[in-house]
Amino acid sequence: MEHITLLIGIVIVTALVFDFTNGFHDTANAMATTISTGALRPKTAVAMSAVLNLVGAFLSVEVAKTISGGIIDEGAGIRPEVIFAGLVGAIVWNLLTWLAGLPSSSSHALFGGLIGATLVSVGTHGVHGEAVVMKVLIPAVAAPFVAGLAAMAATRLTYRLTRNRDETDTAKGYRAGQIASAALVSLAHGTNDAQKTMGVITLALITGGVVAPHADPPLWVIASAGLAIALGTYLGGWRIIRTMGKGITDIQPPQGFAAQTGAAATILASSHLGFALSTTQVCSGAVMGSGLGRKGGVVRWSTAGRMVAAWGLTLPAAGAVAAGAAFLAGQGDWGVAAVAVLGLGICGAIWAASRRKPIDHTNVNEGPAAEPAGVVTAALRSVSPPPAGQPAPASDTPDTTGVPAQPTAPDAEVPAEPAGPDATPTPAPRAKAATVTR
Amino acid sequence: MTIDWTALGQVFGVTLVVTVGIVGLFTVGIVGASRKPAQEGAAVAVAAPGAGARTGAVAAFALCAVAVAYGIYLIVAA
Repeated sequence: MEHITLLIGIVIVTALVFDFTNGFHDTANAMATTISTGALRPKTAVAMSAVLNLVGAFLSVEVAKTISGGIIDEGAGIRPEVIFAGLVGAIVWNLLTWLAGLPSSSSHALFGGLIGATLVSVGTHGVHGEAVVMKVLIPAVAAPFVAGLAAMAATRLTYRLTRNRDETDTAKGYRAGQIASAALVSLAHGTNDAQKTMGVITLALITGGVVAPHADPPLWVIASAGLAIALGTYLGGWRIIRTMGKGITDIQPPQGFAAQTGAAATILASSHLGFALSTTQVCSGAVMGSGLGRKGGVVRWSTAGRMVAAWGLTLPAAGAVAAGAAFLAGQGDWGVAAVAVLGLGICGAIWAASRRKPIDHTNVNEGPAAEPAGVVTAALRSVSPPPAGQPAPASDTPDTTGVPAQPTAPDAEVPAEPAGPDATPTPAPRAKAATVTR
Repeated sequence: MTIDWTALGQVFGVTLVVTVGIVGLFTVGIVGASRKPAQEGAAVAVAAPGAGARTGAVAAFALCAVAVAYGIYLIVAA
């Protein structure tokens, strides 16, 4: 260990910080619906997820051989500075989306950061454009549909089968089943995502000549990566948990069970049939699907829309931050120091901003802050009132169709205001746009 | 650039079948284990599930447990 230079030490610490934000960010994937249906108390849920992530980190037999799965050409002169810059970009974007409470993919942030840093310091030949499309874009688009449709079908079925049963009588069973599904998601997350950090650290160690190429990561790397992701998971990204558990749709126990089971099945099926789908998109899609599957259930499209926008921005935004960081870090030692100081400053500022309206385990289930109905929500309502199914007359204001259809009040309170002149006259194209965001 | 539609379709099919299958199975278990609602106009007391329903429920839950075990196997063996 005495051969580790300061720069490699910085890369390792940064990688562990990224790992921490990764766990922090992705707690919601496994535990958001579990917490919002009351299957587990918030603290218990994140503790269980943290332990399973830690276990998962040690379980993986095969270690990530490439940190990026062939998206960047790791032989084309990737130096520790580049990895460092990529990690800084990923961390900053992860924290920003956390502040906004948006579930976005940590892996995409890492890929985006590495791509941006590589473009600046190596050039376009260091990035495999086709791999970006195949491994990032298509899975991200397909994931919510696959998981969403499966969860929707499952939700329909389960409500149909239990229509003669008392809801309070069945809820306990669903909650128990949901815990099992959430545990599978957590375990799969630990094996996948902790490995990425191990891959980054190992690559940094290899470039520094500390360990031989193609070597397995040393035990301390596995242990520290596992601990970092578990700690991040335990502290919990409560903002994101609230968005996924309460913000997208109101989840009842049967829906939570269907969504979580759909997510677990999608993740396992996709990673073992050779078409890996992104966990975050899978879980968000499953939650939306379960919202659509329940009669009278409603998906808040404005929240979903912001989430999808964040997905689209993740790669370029993390890439842009990382590109700036790579440029600065390429200037020499003072540049690396400047990136480190700036990165710490930005993280501190984001944390300080989050303290102004803290969300933690005590208020995670309090539901979304009443947000005005977005244009998409209002337009969708004016076109298709969810339960009835008959097309609304074009003259209908969103107000009259919306209120009886939506049992959930928060956005029905201010329906007409943002819809205004631009949403009502042209219902058809709006509705189409709304469907696409799904 | 070619999109591997076969793999994507496979993933979609398997996901759909597995999700609906397991959720359906689990629901059958829940229905079997829960009490039947009182008949309309009947006494408030509800009937406990019969022995047959209970056996079916146990079998359904057992199959779900097998599915979870297979899931863990997939994660560990990956």
